[in-house]
Amino acid sequence: MAFCRGIVSEIAISFQNVTKTYPLYHHFKGGIKNLLFHPLEGIKSLKSSQFMAIRDISFEVKKGESFGIIGKNGAGKSTILGLIAGVIKPSKGKIMVNGGVSPLLELGAGFHPDLTGRENIILKGILLGLTRSEILNKIKKIIDFSELEEFIEQPIRTYSSGMLARLGFSIVANIDPEILLIDEILAVGDKNFQDKCLKRMLDFKEQKVTIVFVSHSMDYIDMLCNRVMWLDDHSIKNIGKPELIIKQYQQGNIS
Amino acid sequence: MKNKMNIYRQIQHHIDLIIVFTQKDLKLRYKNSFLGYFWSVAHPVVYALIFYVAFKLIVRVPIENYALFLVCGLFPWQWFANSVGASPMIFFGNAQIIKKINFPRNIIPLALVLHDMIHFILAIPVIIAFVLYSGHKPYFFWFIGIPVLVIGQFCIIYGICLIISTLNIFFRDLERLTIIFINILFYATPVFYSEKMIPERYMFILKLNPMALFLINWRNLFLEGTLRLDYTMLSFFYGILFLGVGVLIYRKLSWRFAEVL
Ligand SMILES: Nc1ncnc2c1ncn2[C@@H]1O[C@H](COP(=O)(O)OP(=O)(O)O)[C@@H](O)[C@H]1O
Ligand SMILES: [Mg+2]
Repeated sequence: MAFCRGIVSEIAISFQNVTKTYPLYHHFKGGIKNLLFHPLEGIKSLKSSQFMAIRDISFEVKKGESFGIIGKNGAGKSTILGLIAGVIKPSKGKIMVNGGVSPLLELGAGFHPDLTGRENIILKGILLGLTRSEILNKIKKIIDFSELEEFIEQPIRTYSSGMLARLGFSIVANIDPEILLIDEILAVGDKNFQDKCLKRMLDFKEQKVTIVFVSHSMDYIDMLCNRVMWLDDHSIKNIGKPELIIKQYQQGNIS
Repeated sequence: MKNKMNIYRQIQHHIDLIIVFTQKDLKLRYKNSFLGYFWSVAHPVVYALIFYVAFKLIVRVPIENYALFLVCGLFPWQWFANSVGASPMIFFGNAQIIKKINFPRNIIPLALVLHDMIHFILAIPVIIAFVLYSGHKPYFFWFIGIPVLVIGQFCIIYGICLIISTLNIFFRDLERLTIIFINILFYATPVFYSEKMIPERYMFILKLNPMALFLINWRNLFLEGTLRLDYTMLSFFYGILFLGVGVLIYRKLSWRFAEVL
């Protein structure tokens, strides 16, 4: 496991002056036809219309820290998680990520409806970076945690959304992630399972798993995070203790 | 744990990814194994029947044992048409995971082509049954020729799928062009006619069409137990060329997949 190694303040994630712009591809809807007939305009529109999703962001997350990100819709929270996961690249600046990243996906993502719960666990476990034998070693723990029992042999198209959420969380909860990314998805499933998720998250925190947690629920942020970053208008408004940042954020939203 | 991920584990993980993705498609297709197999084989056989009626009974092409002739060509063609036809949308169908998880995206088209390849290999006994039923003898050379052509055709199909699936993310109307392209290529490839019927001055087109080279080879292999060395070498040249171009385009553009999808 990741803990017990190195000094306590080892850095898990560091962003240095990171900017991410998206080219506005939809200007390019004409597709190949437009590119062929208006090549110059096409390329120009591709270059000129950039949208800035995050601007000049710098922060560090230490190993074992639970780091919260809050902000309005469109502020750039998911973009930051995408950059940490390595699925998108920064336009400017430097990103360092030290350890394996496990994103917790929203309902059913990465699942195939016609495969059984068990088959989906294997599929998703391998997708998340485990080998087949590693996931097979953990599959019993995952199934037990999910409490899906005999439904685990049913195709997941027969599952309710609560059951899907259980399956998804159970996988991530039992694969010993080093860096866990969670994007606004704890508030699913029944109350019972939500409590179980929260408890597991607190266990992770206890075990010094690095967590980056995006949520609109200030209660969860308060309970779970050591530090919080407030994003506003694509850049950092403030970083600090949860109590402080949450208060500022709520006041900021009122005025 | 994952820091210490050594090369061996990475290779193992890569292999597992390929297997699990290919298996997923096969499982879905052959869920009911008999019915799945039946439908997969039925498709080219029905085509053969249609062409038989159209070209043997009505147009009366002067090709002996035309039904067998068609079957030998239609199965390898189906592999090409199925994979390439599915390739434009293949990344869109997996957008959710591409946007969130960092894994080698080329696994997705690779699994598509492997799936259709396995499916073709499973249908080879059906082709051979047709061959034997028509009074041909089995050839020992099949044991060499079939793997050689499968590998060559795999390279070219994977290369083309990689090119189309990648480019279609950025230029979405490529999907329409692909359908037209497959249709045109079907008529430019000697599937339902024999290359011997092509006028001499158009013969050069054959050499520009890798699928034509493969088809002629497949038919010679099944019916006569031979491969043309020049066609084999040329088709492998195309295979490596397309694969190379595909890998190049994919490498250049794959980092943008998550933001464009
Ligand atoms: N793939 C993309 N292409 C273009 N613009 C994008 C893309 N992803 C996000 N954006 C834009 O970037 C901004 C930040 O998005 P996001 O990080 O998803 O915000 P949040 O998660 O905080 O709601 C939004 O204005 C959004 O429209
Ligand atoms: Mg978001």
